Amino acid sequence: MATALSTKKDTNIRLQKSPTGIAGLDEITEGGLPKGRPTLICGEAGAGKTLFGIEFIVKGATQFNEPGVFVAFEEKSDELAANVASLGFDLKKLVQEKKVRLDYVHIERSEIEETGEYDLDGLFIRLGYAIDAIKAKRVVLDTLENLFSSLSNEAILRAELRRLFEWLKTKGVTAIVTGEKGNNQLTRQGLEEYVSDCVILLDHRVQNQISTRRLRVIKYRGSMHGTNEYPFLIDSNGISVLPVTSLTLENKVSSQRVSTGIPSLDNMLGGQGFFKGSSILVSGTAGTGKTSIAAHFANAACMRSERCIYFAFEESPEQIIRNMKSINVNLEKHVKSGLLKFHASRPTLYGLEMHLLVIYKTIQEFKPTTVILDPITNLVTVGTVSEIKSMLMRLIDYLQKEQITVLFTALTLNTIINENTDEGVSSLVDAWLLVRDIEFNGERNRGMYIMKSRGMKHSNQVREFVINDHGLELVDVFLGPEGVLTGSARVAHQLMEKTEDALKAFSLNRKDREIERKSSMLEAKISGLRNEFESVKDELNRIYQEEELKQEVLNQNREAMINLRKEKVQQSTKK
Amino acid sequence: MKKQESVAADEYELRLFVTGASPNSVRAIANIKRICELYLAGNYNLEIIDVYQQPLLAEEQQLIALPMLLKSSPLPQMRLIGDMSDTQKVLKGLGKNNETTDGIEENL
Repeated sequence: MATALSTKKDTNIRLQKSPTGIAGLDEITEGGLPKGRPTLICGEAGAGKTLFGIEFIVKGATQFNEPGVFVAFEEKSDELAANVASLGFDLKKLVQEKKVRLDYVHIERSEIEETGEYDLDGLFIRLGYAIDAIKAKRVVLDTLENLFSSLSNEAILRAELRRLFEWLKTKGVTAIVTGEKGNNQLTRQGLEEYVSDCVILLDHRVQNQISTRRLRVIKYRGSMHGTNEYPFLIDSNGISVLPVTSLTLENKVSSQRVSTGIPSLDNMLGGQGFFKGSSILVSGTAGTGKTSIAAHFANAACMRSERCIYFAFEESPEQIIRNMKSINVNLEKHVKSGLLKFHASRPTLYGLEMHLLVIYKTIQEFKPTTVILDPITNLVTVGTVSEIKSMLMRLIDYLQKEQITVLFTALTLNTIINENTDEGVSSLVDAWLLVRDIEFNGERNRGMYIMKSRGMKHSNQVREFVINDHGLELVDVFLGPEGVLTGSARVAHQLMEKTEDALKAFSLNRKDREIERKSSMLEAKISGLRNEFESVKDELNRIYQEEELKQEVLNQNREAMINLRKEKVQQSTKK
Repeated sequence: MKKQESVAADEYELRLFVTGASPNSVRAIANIKRICELYLAGNYNLEIIDVYQQPLLAEEQQLIALPMLLKSSPLPQMRLIGDMSDTQKVLKGLGKNNETTDGIEENL
């Protein structure tokens, strides 16, 4: 009673929840099933209702320290234990540890005679005893509706069921009731009218021969919950629900860059490569070298001693290793050193959801920094375009959260569907490289350009993409008046340019020499003129000096004359 | 001959499971006692069990609907659920065919 009271008190503040421990479901329901209240799980035969119940009990007992009672109306306890043992649940051990209690409720219709008014006190007593014996917090009734086939008085049954749910609430146990899907209602006997707190529908659909299980929370009183249909899986670890998208876009981002393994491609990307944790799409037509780019990227990651997983949907690991050896990429040694892991599977092996889960699990186990999916377009064979888009969106979301760089390759054909795939994915990815054929001059060459690359400088040029013995190289294509030149045309053009250069150099030489000759000729002329000028100058100088000498001599003569005259005068006067 | 004797000597082995003094239980006890005295006089062994007192029995005996009368002998085993107010059905469940019941009732 005390627990019931405290539960009631707490609900005033906020609805308490009981975590299911089922991967993904607690995210959708924001914490689990309503604590202390019954929840209805309905679905068709084989939808996974019993397993859901079992997992709720087992996880409760093992992870949340909440013992549970499982009341089976369909399977015997031993059968049940054997059935779920394949999922790794050791029911018998849990029963021995008094964490779980199994109770098989069975009514043999042929032995029963109804002789008047009755009630289901027997069930109440059993259940009450079982709950008290292990102090259970969880109860699963699978499936109550079987009572309707054993007992004929429906009026009594309905009244008793109502009483049962009320009683379970007062017991303070979180209960799961399963019910088979009816024609026009959720369950055959309309159990939903008794269980009003939380209803979850399980569904199992086959589309294109591939089945997908889906789960939907139809109602959850007093709580927010995801309303979409969520695919879920049953595998060796039980149920896992995959929320289509996380509700927020709050992934951490890194500004660290990782090399592509192709130096010339790094150069096109601002010299450093892609951002760590980003998603890269490489698309192109058949035989354009998508896998080679992927292999280089994987190789580069391993060279940095980082882990990488290569999901191959087309070729076997050995085939990839052999083929990449021919272009000087040795993946084998990385596989041996444990840095590189191949995971090859045919797309048709299982449905998309299963693929996604396998990818999830492999990533979780291996903890890589780089993931490669080659090619995603092969998955079209097992799902529609929108399904693949939603799957990749979830995958990218997850990888971004984990800061794992992912590279997808996609094959483009000229059909509309595949172009859509590209477009569908392209809005999700951070960087998109397009590899395409350039057919010209009787040969086929590869061209590559960067369609987009968020948040970094990138080249806008088309580069020719050459695969040779040394690996991949990106070469500038020739953009001339004749258009884009690649392959042999580019080489021819290069040779032509070389010839032109040689010719140019030669003619330049000749001109230089001529100039030299001319200048030496002119210089000779200049020196001749200078000599002439010197002799003229000498001549002029001589005349000038003669004049001067003449003048001097004249002056001297005159003075002498004057002196002579003076002497004559003096002599005359003396006399 | 031994067989006939054993059949004649075959006692009705009856166990009535009830839940305390609920109205259904009280009615069932009264009804079954009346019917046994009327139709099986001296040839029955009736045990009345309160399941509240022995909750383990509920699982052992596959008890769900109560009250329930378990007839373990003579075979076949039968389970009669309800307050035993439908005498015809109780007798059918006990394996008393209509002829004998009619005869007894006429005699009365």
